Amino acid sequence: MIRLALLLALILFAGPVAAEVRIDITRGNVQPLPIAITEFVGANPQEGQTGRDIARVISADLERSGLFKPIDPKAFIQSAQSLQAQPRFGDWRQINAQALVQGRVELMTDGRLRTEFRLWDVFAESQMVGQAYFTSPANWRRVAHIVADAIYKRLTGESGYFDTQIVYIAESGPATRRIKRLSIMDQDGENHKFLTDGADLVLTPRFAPNMREITYMSYYRNVPRVYIFNIDTGRREVVGDFPGMTFAPRFSPDGNRVIMSMARDGNSDIYEMDLRTKRTTRLTDHPSIDTSPCYSPDGNQITFNSDRGGTQQLYVMNADGGNVKRISFGDGRYGTPVWSPRGDLIAFTRLKSGQFYIGVMRPDGSGERMLTEGYLVEGPTWAPNGRVLMFFRQTPNDSRGQGGTVKLYSIDLTGYNERQVVTPQEASDPAWSPLIP
Amino acid sequence: MKMRVLSVFAAVAFLAACSSDADQKAATSGTGQAAAPAAPAAPSTIPMVAPGSVDEFVKNVGDRVYFDFDKYEVKPEARAQLDRQVDWFKRYPQWKITVEGHCDERGTREYNIALGERRANAVKEYLVAKGVATARIKTISYGKERPAAIGSNEAAWAQNRRGVSVPTN
Repeated sequence: MIRLALLLALILFAGPVAAEVRIDITRGNVQPLPIAITEFVGANPQEGQTGRDIARVISADLERSGLFKPIDPKAFIQSAQSLQAQPRFGDWRQINAQALVQGRVELMTDGRLRTEFRLWDVFAESQMVGQAYFTSPANWRRVAHIVADAIYKRLTGESGYFDTQIVYIAESGPATRRIKRLSIMDQDGENHKFLTDGADLVLTPRFAPNMREITYMSYYRNVPRVYIFNIDTGRREVVGDFPGMTFAPRFSPDGNRVIMSMARDGNSDIYEMDLRTKRTTRLTDHPSIDTSPCYSPDGNQITFNSDRGGTQQLYVMNADGGNVKRISFGDGRYGTPVWSPRGDLIAFTRLKSGQFYIGVMRPDGSGERMLTEGYLVEGPTWAPNGRVLMFFRQTPNDSRGQGGTVKLYSIDLTGYNERQVVTPQEASDPAWSPLIP
Repeated sequence: MKMRVLSVFAAVAFLAACSSDADQKAATSGTGQAAAPAAPAAPSTIPMVAPGSVDEFVKNVGDRVYFDFDKYEVKPEARAQLDRQVDWFKRYPQWKITVEGHCDERGTREYNIALGERRANAVKEYLVAKGVATARIKTISYGKERPAAIGSNEAAWAQNRRGVSVPTN
């Protein structure tokens, strides 16, 4: 679990000059860091409301990470207003705050919203970050996420992941005639939008690196094919002119190619299409099922699953299809390998003895460990910092026909802090975006 | 599915023609919509379906065969079912055929799409080997997206691991 580098310990080892509050997120967490997030002040009621909203979103982001414990504002001794002059650190130590966040919002005469914030180390009595952002007032949520990312980064040493979006499949209706819609939302479930109307079955959406496009599978006109959806125009375009069903698409890290499976005469192999030249390259040629391909973040390798060894297992190969190596050797079946944005791990779905698991292993197959399990858990996707994953969990149907609901969950790489991601309808097939450019 | 009631005369005539088929179906398929029950007494009360119709194909011939977990080989007990489909499609050459491949939910989505394609293709290859023109047959995989039975038990999963032949125009 995440260990809090307590001030006292740091003083002992590093001396008071380097003493600094810090969260070591590479270990499991014993206790989240107590942090005081004060409302961002404004000069008038409108600014004040925006300031309170921003503080609320920052607080929710940090709390959801499991690494922080925002202190109830009712316990605050010093007011947000008087804090603007100078923090009374004793007041904040008294309520056990280790870190303190203050901020101010101002609607500029040019119509922009100016947001500034400061992060204080309460025990060292020093400022850790101070930044200001300018944006349109409608973008206040993004500012809040950016501030939360800055706090997360300063206190953990890792990039944040709050200024991100999720594309996923919203589900409704009976299981035998399920209605599935391409949907997008902020990482905290806000700004939710349905992108398709549910007329066609759609599956497995994934972001382009620039986040303006989504590749996914659609049964439009009962011809299952891989498509690219443009978020800005709402237009959809089929990927390539393939003679058979195409499915399981993902963008390459540079966004110039889509990798996917195509089925011909019952057999599925992996193909890549260059979106600029429209040239397709066959990467596997094997009578087994080869699918769920995913590039390594440097684009040099591809992980996929194949049943060429008898059952569905994970493999890694070079980006040109050469040097195929099996990496999973445990009991049961392995699928949906997804390379971490940091490159150090591959997340997967495992089916063993009637139970599903989400796990991770290193790209050479070593270090395998399970993060969570259930009747059906599937389809991990990584937050851009490689510290948090999202997946979907389906409950079993009971004898009364209840259950069978499917929802999104996030979980820390340590296997702790599993939380439901709230969506308007049932939800599956999540894909996490990069940090918004 | 809607049943069409024909005249008593037609019903009697049809039952006479196909009752042996129906017996066989009941013995081999067990569950689902694989076959109509064998004709009991009092045939004049049995609702009838039009010969050569989709209804007749589904109810009297049987539109689906089942597969084992993570397998796509046509099982020996499914062959008689597919043989009847072959006879029917030869008798009614106006129909094209879409073979749907389906899976249970005990697999990952993308793998199941590939597995469903294998199952659909296995049914197609069987029909073609028995003389149905390959140009008449299309395949489509739905993976685990369109279960026939809802349930978290082997009985439901077994009904969902299926290949379904759909007569189309």
